[in-house]
Amino acid sequence: MNAAVISVPADSIRAGVSRRKILDRVFVMIGLCFLFGALLILVILFLDLVRDGSAKLTWDFLTSFPSRNAGRAGILSAWVGTSLIMLVTAAVAMPVGVAAAVYLEEYAPKNWMTAVIEINVTNLAGVPSIIYGLLALGLFVYQFNLGQSIAAAGLTLALLILPIVIVATREAVRAVPREIREAAYALGATRWEVTAHHVLPYSVGGILTGMIIGLSRAIGETAPLITIGALSFIAFLPESPFSSEFPFFSFAWLSEAFTAMPIQMFNWVSRPDPAFQVNAAAAGAILLGMTLLMNGIAIYVRYRYRKKINW
Amino acid sequence: MSTAATISTFRPSPTALRLRKVRDRIIESGLLVAALVAVFTTVAIVVVLVYESIPFFKAVPIKDFLTDTMWTPLFAEARYGILPLVAGTLVTTMVALAVAIPAGTIIAIYLSEFAPFKLRETIKPCLELLGAVPTVVYGYFALMMVTPFLQKFMPDLPGFNMLSAGLVIGIMIIPYVASVSEDAMRAVPNYMREGSYAMGATRFQTATRVVVPGAISGIAAAYILGISRAVGETMVVAVAAGLQPNLTWNPTESAATITAFIVQVSLGDLPHDSIGYQSIFAAGLVLMLMTLVFNIAGFALTRKFREAY
Repeated sequence: MNAAVISVPADSIRAGVSRRKILDRVFVMIGLCFLFGALLILVILFLDLVRDGSAKLTWDFLTSFPSRNAGRAGILSAWVGTSLIMLVTAAVAMPVGVAAAVYLEEYAPKNWMTAVIEINVTNLAGVPSIIYGLLALGLFVYQFNLGQSIAAAGLTLALLILPIVIVATREAVRAVPREIREAAYALGATRWEVTAHHVLPYSVGGILTGMIIGLSRAIGETAPLITIGALSFIAFLPESPFSSEFPFFSFAWLSEAFTAMPIQMFNWVSRPDPAFQVNAAAAGAILLGMTLLMNGIAIYVRYRYRKKINW
Repeated sequence: MSTAATISTFRPSPTALRLRKVRDRIIESGLLVAALVAVFTTVAIVVVLVYESIPFFKAVPIKDFLTDTMWTPLFAEARYGILPLVAGTLVTTMVALAVAIPAGTIIAIYLSEFAPFKLRETIKPCLELLGAVPTVVYGYFALMMVTPFLQKFMPDLPGFNMLSAGLVIGIMIIPYVASVSEDAMRAVPNYMREGSYAMGATRFQTATRVVVPGAISGIAAAYILGISRAVGETMVVAVAAGLQPNLTWNPTESAATITAFIVQVSLGDLPHDSIGYQSIFAAGLVLMLMTLVFNIAGFALTRKFREAY
């Protein structure tokens, strides 16, 4: 037997090791730079919007209608429109999304139909939002004759955030331990009783988180609303959902024309007059503030529920 | 003395039991219908896009649509070549990827292999906020901040250009790329890292030669996800890249993308049965097919490079 002897001077090994260690440290620096650079952009973006729009960030801005005069224009009809659209979106996306997720997690047999549904949910998450706009234009606006209304806008955004709600709810439902279900089954509960009395109450945190994240996505969506024909100049408010006479609420607002925060901002951004850019910045600051706030609430809800439940 | 325990049993009536089963079955079908909404949506998207673009393709031969180099459906002398819009879409996507792929990958490697646990758990939700910013706000950012900034170095840069739109889209999709690739890297089993450390490799060597190759299918999927986001992005390009279709591969020029064109037509007041109006559905169909091609390519790539542990 002859053993191969490789002799390497110890100095060169040491040099190699320290070079590789330096490389390690350099990469940590690069990684931190990219990470905090990306976050810094977010901070700069927000501060810049606030600075540019500071002249318009007043109470009047929230209580005035849009106007041809940049100084007098406000976002009253825009934020009211956005709130009503979110109402429709939440009312549709929440029950449908939770029901679909519960079906997929608790009921679905392992067969081709389940596979088809799952592939569709994954695919829909990747469909560009403007395609949803075209779908809504062809289906809701023209086939169902909803017109360019708050109802059509709310339904469109509900379809758009459905995959988000479904995925979040499935994760929450999956996190409920099997023992809980088996204990309930052992006492004679039916599948629905197990789901409604045990699984869903434990998943509320996750469902809420998914719902808030979904709505924060919907609140900033512009393209689908433009496609179905949102107007950008609306100097009136839709009929109030609450009325003073019986039955105390009305649904007339569903079929009214609308504008929304991102639409209003887009309209101002695309005007050459710099005075309108101030309005755009102010609207953007408010819109971004709302989005960040909603995401903050979602993170907090997730954190609190995760802490509260000890299996 | 022992007392006999009385056990009282509660026996629901057979009708109540049957009713409970019937109720369960009704609820189950209700839930199934909700789950099928996803399938209906997909089918409806395809049907609407195809059905609404039939009149368009009756008037415009498919050969012209695919080979003509001018897209001017709103002019008196209309030309219907989709190429300029496709080129605009691809250029902004390329610029976006040039930002998002390096940044996203480096951040993912750092978070997965280097960052302390506490930092990772706090910073990830913050990073995801970058993807939550409304796209129209990003449009404002591109037009009012990035373009003036770039003009300091490139005085010839026009006010509307694909470069700044692409850069901003790149920033927007960093969290998607980073978070999906990080998940893939963290799924690489720890014994592979330990084997590498045992051979004397540093963390950086382990990351680049063991973890990244091991997670390559997931990383490819992350890139593909980024591409389809960039291709479908609308408001940033509509605000900052200009709305003039322009067949060019030069990112410093202004051009329209498929999505920007759809927005432009939707903002106008063309009658529903005009061919200019129907052209947005044809454009939407092309966009849908492009995202589909990328998704299938991603799926194929993932299958090809999958490493079995």
